[in-house]
Amino acid sequence: MKASRQVTVVVSLLLVGCVATSVLLLRRLDQLRTGATLEEVLYISSPKALKKMSLGYDGLLADIYWTRAVQYFGSKHHEGAQDFALLAPLLEITTTLDPHLLVAYEYGSNFLAPPPPSGGGMPERAIDLEEFGIRHNPNEWRLYYNEGFIRYMELKDYAGAAAVFARGARVPNAHPFLAILAGNMAEHAGDQQMARMMWSTTYQSSKDNNVRANAAAHLRALQVEDAVTELEALAARYRQQTGRYPASFSELQAAGLLPGTPIDPLGHGYKLMPGGRVEVRVPDDLPFIRKGTPAGYVPPASPKFLPAD
Amino acid sequence: MSAPVRILNIASNTFREAVRDRVLYNLIIFAVLMSGASILVGQISIDIERLVVINLGLTAVSLFGMVIAIFIGIGLVSKEMEKRTLYTVLSRPVRRWEFIVGKFFGLAGTLAVNTFCMALGVFVSLLYVSRHFQKQDGWVLVALYFIILQFLIITALTLFFSSFSSPLLSAVFAFSLFVIGSFSEDLRGFAGITHGVTRWVATGLAYLVPNFSALNVITSVAHANAVPGAVILYNSAYALIYATMAICGAVLVFERRNLK
Repeated sequence: MKASRQVTVVVSLLLVGCVATSVLLLRRLDQLRTGATLEEVLYISSPKALKKMSLGYDGLLADIYWTRAVQYFGSKHHEGAQDFALLAPLLEITTTLDPHLLVAYEYGSNFLAPPPPSGGGMPERAIDLEEFGIRHNPNEWRLYYNEGFIRYMELKDYAGAAAVFARGARVPNAHPFLAILAGNMAEHAGDQQMARMMWSTTYQSSKDNNVRANAAAHLRALQVEDAVTELEALAARYRQQTGRYPASFSELQAAGLLPGTPIDPLGHGYKLMPGGRVEVRVPDDLPFIRKGTPAGYVPPASPKFLPAD
Repeated sequence: MSAPVRILNIASNTFREAVRDRVLYNLIIFAVLMSGASILVGQISIDIERLVVINLGLTAVSLFGMVIAIFIGIGLVSKEMEKRTLYTVLSRPVRRWEFIVGKFFGLAGTLAVNTFCMALGVFVSLLYVSRHFQKQDGWVLVALYFIILQFLIITALTLFFSSFSSPLLSAVFAFSLFVIGSFSEDLRGFAGITHGVTRWVATGLAYLVPNFSALNVITSVAHANAVPGAVILYNSAYALIYATMAICGAVLVFERRNLK
């Protein structure tokens, strides 16, 4: 073998060896420094300073920070974290860099508001974010809707929600439902029907599959809660008539209390338990339900979302 | 041969020389790759595919164009002096101002062609994520036009600095002015809160540095916001006048420079 060919072979082997070793070392370093990259990202925590440093390319920097916020929330949400400390600063930096990035308000507030592990558990910060968005985009009715939604769902601030919906209803080309929500809020605040209206509006007005899937899951949960309440009431009525709880739904049917076999929104039959309790068969497929879960059921850290349609 | 013909000849030679530079192609390819990469960035985020393509694509066009303008511009005069070709050119009936103006047009033409190539990458990426062009994508063309206006200013400034300074210092001066020019609106704000002589000096400096921030509408067009016709008109006039001003400075210095 010629000397030059020997050098080529040896150097090529060395190169391949170095590439493989560096990959292994990086993987090991990643394991040792879990989350380090994102924690280091806020070494410049001032949104205004970052905007100045962007030299006018603030739109691109906002996109990068929004992507980081999404990745941060996604990874924390996936691991069922209880602490989302960097989420609010990341969203504030994003929206200061580009105050017209509407997607950051719409999704960002939904990341911030719900309690952990579904969200950051920071509804007040979510409202601040929406108010910042409204100041810079006063004609975007969706921002008013989002804020009212958070006030209603997370803070139970029905008066505040009604006021925000009313403000949003005055915006040109606002969704007509905002005025209805504002009007109905005082009368029906806190009841199932109001919650159903809110989630239905979200489902119908959003084009995003994730948002629609989340709304559909909440609508299914409300449907299950209504059904469980009604079935348990029927079981109690049966007991009043016969002195015992029914052993199955067919006994309720035979007594003329139930027209057919009840099924949940996903097509599974309900289970009638001793003592007249009603349970769903696959609780993991029905996240957010507050009634009908088996005794001792622990929901998964990350809710399972089925397709919206 | 008349002056315009001589300027045209110098410009076409400058263009030919610039497009032979391999570094130029590397930078263009890198900018086009960044526009393509914006598709991937959009996919790991939520609902900003189109925004990322425009923001990242136009930022790549702008920054890589600036790098090309500065690094080719600084060598326009010094290379000719090093290779002694300047003396051959000037020994013919070519005036020094014609040489400077010809060089400017040559580099400006190179940058316009580069911008066109890089913009193609942006539009292909945009077509990929949107499936079809929309009416508001026309504003991206306005942003690209403003980027070319920025290049004209930076090219003229680089030529001005290289008419009296070394290539390295010219690059440092030009890049520093680009950074300061991006803060020009803040400089004017600062001037507004000062008093007395400081106010006059600060205001003078604020108006002297090039206003690059007014020529950056990338974020705005990414949100499909229209750029008013008056802004296009005034920005065009401003960039042309500022570039003329810098070229005049370069000619004045170069006319008096001892080339022996």
